[in-house]
Amino acid sequence: MEPHGVWIYAITGRASAAGLGELRGVGGGPVRAIAAGELTAVVEDVGLAEFGEQALRRNLEDLAWLESTARAHHRVIGALARLGPLVPIRLATVYSSDGGVASMLADRDADFLAVLSRIRRRQEWGVKAYASPRSEPDDASAGAEAPASQESRAGAAYLQRRRGQLTAQKNARRQMLADAETIHAELSEHAAGARLHPPQAPELTGNKALMVLNAAYLVDDEHGTDFASVVTALAERYQGVKLELTGPWPPYSFAADEESEGVSERALRIGARDGV
Amino acid sequence: MTTGSLAQPGAGAAQVYGSGFGGGREPANLGDILERVLDKGLVIAGDIQVNLLDIELLTIKLRLVIASLDTAREVGINWWENDPWLNANASRRQDDGHELEQENQQLRERVRELESGQKGRGNSRPGRESRGTARRMDLRDHRPR
Repeated sequence: MEPHGVWIYAITGRASAAGLGELRGVGGGPVRAIAAGELTAVVEDVGLAEFGEQALRRNLEDLAWLESTARAHHRVIGALARLGPLVPIRLATVYSSDGGVASMLADRDADFLAVLSRIRRRQEWGVKAYASPRSEPDDASAGAEAPASQESRAGAAYLQRRRGQLTAQKNARRQMLADAETIHAELSEHAAGARLHPPQAPELTGNKALMVLNAAYLVDDEHGTDFASVVTALAERYQGVKLELTGPWPPYSFAADEESEGVSERALRIGARDGV
Repeated sequence: MTTGSLAQPGAGAAQVYGSGFGGGREPANLGDILERVLDKGLVIAGDIQVNLLDIELLTIKLRLVIASLDTAREVGINWWENDPWLNANASRRQDDGHELEQENQQLRERVRELESGQKGRGNSRPGRESRGTARRMDLRDHRPR
């Protein structure tokens, strides 16, 4: 038989692993539970030819493999999240045996139970803010006529005009960042936790607009609708940015123990550095 | 709660997408999923755990997604604009001084092109040529090097 490892998806409470049914994992196999004390790890047996250390190193470089594996990992975690609170585990965490998983559960049970209690009956919502097209002064119009002009004075005037445009652009961005800070502060008040993520690359978002906020909020199940309404109200109030709400997500961003206050402070320092 | 509530938020003010978790909605985009499964989620020491930051493709193409907030702070809030790996147009969008410098460079090249083109066609006129030179000097004034 091919050597295999144990791929971990999530850690849940004792009862939550039932009802996984026909769910298939990253390797196409069934997922199963490994229990220890009050905790359960949801895992899949995966062949090391594809998911061993060397193979992972190689396969993670393959975007198609990465995409299907990431989606499969997410699909299992999403299905589990419907059954009860869980701690999502980062992609590509593999143990060599059930015993290793069980002792890891036993060693860190207090940590896991603390996270489970924090995210119980809560979901993660993602909010991104993009520069809306009209807050980004268009600079395409400036380039065309200047090189053709022959007067030296025209060159200087062009440079001056260009400087003016760039200043306007800078001010507009500053305003957007200030709006993003305010939006984040307000949303944080409606959430049990908040995390700021780095803005995503345009290549990944498929959206050319500048991303000025990429945040996740941990929201009580029963307040999800209210939270969405707050996002809508903010979108109407701050027309300089375009807001995008995603979710509900399993609590990926809240699996690690991190004080949300600390993150907000860091965000403020980022703003301060830019003179916002 | 749930997915029902997703349909509510209002008339185009905020765009709303599902996460593929609620079911029956547009699946979450790959960037959002990668951001979460690669960078969020709990890190535990498996027996086999590849350091995701060692992966060349991730490092190059997805660096923005998995970069830490501290990095963002070090480089400034607009750091992603200046990173050529992350932004093919980075050179076009760099900070003001640099952008002007580049434009000056382009203008100088254009002037040189026009001048040499005129000579090549043998129809160069002294008046135009001297104006071209003046222009080039003017540009040079703005571009100490």
